[in-house]
Amino acid sequence: MIEKELVIIGGGPAGLSAAKVASEAGMKVALFERSFSLGGQLIKQTHKFFGSESQYARVRGIEIADILINETRKHDVEIFLNATVVGLYKDNIITVYQDEKYFKVKAKAIIIATGASEKFLAFENNDLPGIYGAGAVQTLMNIHGVLPGKEVVMVGSGNIGLIVSYQLIQAGVKVKALVEAAGHIGGYLVHASKLRRLGVDIITNTTVKRAVGNGKLERIVTVKLDDKWQEIEGSEEVIECDALCISVGLSPLHQLLSMGNANMLYVNELGGLVPIKTCDYETSIPHVYACGDVTGIEEASSAMVEGKIAGLMAAKHLGFIHPNYDSLEAELNQQLCVLRQGPCGEKIRCGLKKVGEIYD
Amino acid sequence: MSKKDIIICRCEDISLQDVHDCLESGYTTVEDIKRILRVGMGPCQGQTCSHLIQAEIAKFLGMKKEDVKFQKTRPLVTGVSLEAIAKQALKGEEND
Repeated sequence: MIEKELVIIGGGPAGLSAAKVASEAGMKVALFERSFSLGGQLIKQTHKFFGSESQYARVRGIEIADILINETRKHDVEIFLNATVVGLYKDNIITVYQDEKYFKVKAKAIIIATGASEKFLAFENNDLPGIYGAGAVQTLMNIHGVLPGKEVVMVGSGNIGLIVSYQLIQAGVKVKALVEAAGHIGGYLVHASKLRRLGVDIITNTTVKRAVGNGKLERIVTVKLDDKWQEIEGSEEVIECDALCISVGLSPLHQLLSMGNANMLYVNELGGLVPIKTCDYETSIPHVYACGDVTGIEEASSAMVEGKIAGLMAAKHLGFIHPNYDSLEAELNQQLCVLRQGPCGEKIRCGLKKVGEIYD
Repeated sequence: MSKKDIIICRCEDISLQDVHDCLESGYTTVEDIKRILRVGMGPCQGQTCSHLIQAEIAKFLGMKKEDVKFQKTRPLVTGVSLEAIAKQALKGEEND
C-alpha cells in the first residue's frame, strides 16, 4: 500500500491553503483533486474579492487560484489530478480512483477539504434543457467561453446569484429577472444595487412554478409566496427566457466523513450535514481534519483561513511545529472572527454555534 | 400541477409523483424510499436529491427538515469500474 504523511482531499481554496501551511511546518503533503486542474471554484471567479489583504481582497478569484497553486509548487506538494477519493476507511486509509486505476493510500493524517455542491429545486419540467445550476453557467461561460443562452432568469439572490447575474450581463446576456423566494435579498446589497442600476428586476417572495418549452426552455411561470412560503393562487406570471439559472444554495460534500462514521450534524444554516470538530479542526476520527465548505457553507475567504488552520494543526499533532506557530494561530483565528462579524456573518455564527464553535 | 413532470432524482429519473406514492404507501424514511425507488443510488449518490426528499418527508409527516434522518453513506463516493477494483485486488495478493 502507498503510504503518505499528510493527505489532503480537495484542491480548492481550503485544500491548497492547508497544503501550504502544513508544508511550511515540514510535512510531506500529497494532495488529491478529482478535477483535471487545481483551484476549485476559484478558477471560475472572474470578479475581484472582498475582505482584507490577507485573503487577497481586490484580486480576481482566478488570480488567487494561481497564487495558491504556485505556493504548492514552491513547497513540493505531490499533486494527484483526475484523482477522486472514493472511500475513507478506518486507520486513515483512503481509496482513490485515478485514470481508471483504483488504489489504496494510508496516511498519518488526512485533511478533508471536499467543498460543496449545488442544491436543486423541484418544479414542473425542471429537467428541460436550458435549466442550469449557477456553477454550470460559470463553468460554461467563464472557463469555456460558451454562453448559456440569450435571455436568462436567475433564481436565488445570494452572492452567487447576484455575481453570476452580473457576469452574465458582462458577457452580453440579457438578465430578464432575478427571483428570490425569501422576502429580502440574500447576498451583499452592493452587488444587488449594481444589478438594479443596470435595470435588472429583483423580485422577492417569488419562486419558479413551472418551466415551459418544446424540447428546450422557452419560458417560465413564476408564483408569489406568502410569509409561510405557500404559493398564492392567481399570482402566476410568465417570463420569456431560454435559460434558467438556479442558485439556491450549496450543500457540503460530506460523503467521505459520513462513510468514515465521523460524528455529523444536520445544520440548516451550514447547508446540510457537517462534521462536529474540535477547535483544532479535528473531526471525531483521530487525525482526520476538515476545513472549508465541507464544514459549513461560507465564502472562499473563510475557506482559505480555515485551510491554513487545519494545515497548522494537523502538522502540530504529528510533532511538526510551524516556525511561526504562535503568531499564525492567533492571527488566523482573528481573521475568521473578522470575516464572520456583523449582520452578514449572523447565519454562519448561528450555524457554527450548533456544532460548538462560538463567535460572540 | 403535474407531479410526474417534477424530477426529484436526476440520476435515476424519479419524479415527485413517485416519491409521494411511496410516502402514501407508508415508506417514510429516506432509507425506505431509497430501497423502493433507487433514489440516491446513481452517480451523485444522493448529493442532489436527498435534500429534496428530506423536505418531502418533513412536509408529509409534519416534521422539521433537520429532524428527518439522512441516508447512510457507504463507499464508494462515485462509480468505479469492477475491472479497476479487480486489478487492484490481484495486485494486492501479489504484494502480500
